[in-house]
Amino acid sequence: MRISGIRRTFSGGVSVLDGLDLDVAAGSFVALVGPSGCGKSTLLRMVAGLDRPDAGTLTFSPPLEHTPGARPPIAFVFQDAHLLPWRSVLDNVALPLELAGVPAPERHASAHALLQEVGLGDATSRYPAQLSGGMRMRVSLARALVTRPRLLLLDEPFAALDELTRNRLDDQLLALWKELGMTVLFVTHSLSEAAYLAERVVVLSRRPARVMLDRRLALPPERLPALRADPGFAREMGLLLQALEQGEAA
Amino acid sequence: MKALRDALAPLAALVILLALWETVARVFSFNPMVLPPPSTIGLEASRSAGSLLSGALSTGRSALVGFGLSTGVGVLAAIILSSSRVLERALYPYALFLQMVPIIAIAPVLVVWFGHGARAVAVSSFIVSVFPVIANTHTGMRSVDPALRDMFRLYGARRVATLWKLELPASLPHLFTGLRVASGLSVVGAIVGEWVAGVVEGDSGLGILVLVANRQGNTALVFAAVLAASALGLLLFGAVSLTGERMLRRWHPSASGS
Repeated sequence: MRISGIRRTFSGGVSVLDGLDLDVAAGSFVALVGPSGCGKSTLLRMVAGLDRPDAGTLTFSPPLEHTPGARPPIAFVFQDAHLLPWRSVLDNVALPLELAGVPAPERHASAHALLQEVGLGDATSRYPAQLSGGMRMRVSLARALVTRPRLLLLDEPFAALDELTRNRLDDQLLALWKELGMTVLFVTHSLSEAAYLAERVVVLSRRPARVMLDRRLALPPERLPALRADPGFAREMGLLLQALEQGEAA
Repeated sequence: MKALRDALAPLAALVILLALWETVARVFSFNPMVLPPPSTIGLEASRSAGSLLSGALSTGRSALVGFGLSTGVGVLAAIILSSSRVLERALYPYALFLQMVPIIAIAPVLVVWFGHGARAVAVSSFIVSVFPVIANTHTGMRSVDPALRDMFRLYGARRVATLWKLELPASLPHLFTGLRVASGLSVVGAIVGEWVAGVVEGDSGLGILVLVANRQGNTALVFAAVLAASALGLLLFGAVSLTGERMLRRWHPSASGS
């Protein structure tokens, strides 16, 4: 699967993206980093089809078409969990399948399985108001993955969580990626999170966003918490920070 | 226990107020036509319990029909208003107009359209109480989390699914705010409707009772009927609040911990 040729977008008179190219290989984990307001979120929304580019093209090969009745191929995780407070955890996770017309027993089974995987197997009948922020985010992650998407888009998903919870969710996300093999596009403003999670990190400048650095990280494929203290990790962080600072000044 | 403690302060205030009222009315020996003491009102209420009860039933029925109409029509109107910006701009001023209708002035027209009796009374109750339902539900539907809208769009949700599974449930707290306001107003609307369109014989409501007692100089009965009407409004308000709390208990902060 490949996204190619994302170019040139304006919104409300402000040039957010002015001719940006980005290729993403199928099944890879790519992090997008950049100063706030640089257009990362806009980029992600356009990939999801929630926003249209003024010019330029977005192509997927093989094509990612959402045929009505079929499971939607793209999933989006927002900055906050954005759960439906009147629905139980199980029904929240099953929602994308419900909207796709999947029958109840089947969608509940799928939702159950995913909740088990994110460690919420015994919270299925609880309501969002009864959950902690970290648990809500895990529900949100399970909801995104319940359709078995081929492309997972995450827009600063864990930014509001404390560091320990965030690290734990990062590990969970990595495990799910390894297991399900979808392409992941992860927007964050945390360099350490980007370096820890991604195979490849793209650093963007302030808007209109240009690619300051596109780097395949020289880190082992197996990411373990000890990596955060590794000198190689620090070196990658240094490179990313340098590019980010240049992008800010440009 | 907590409910009892919470009720203690207002109860004490009521007792003090009634005692004061009784004393003032007796010491200055007001004409009972002007200010009957509470004891006289109580006595009159028990003597006329039958007509008060049947009046409350009649008014209650009309108010309930008016309130039901307000709920149905109000939610439907809110759905229509929220369905497109153009419709909203075209129609909202007229919804607002409903709020401004001086009901006492338009009530005679209701008599022309619906004749004397319960139908005109219910319509009067409806006109007075529908606007808060429209306005609050509309606000609720407009303030749905944009990210959730995006999510529904991403998953290819149909218009009807978005309405049923997102917009309507999300606006429930607002809807119930509107319904609470409408519940009290529906009784007011029914009483006013009765003044103009009510029937004196047989099935007469509390509004008629007030008119008749007033003409007879029976101020104590007027007070008793007014109290009965207020109790009716409170009853409806309480029922609506309870239903709302039950429906929202699990998810809305306004319904928990209070």
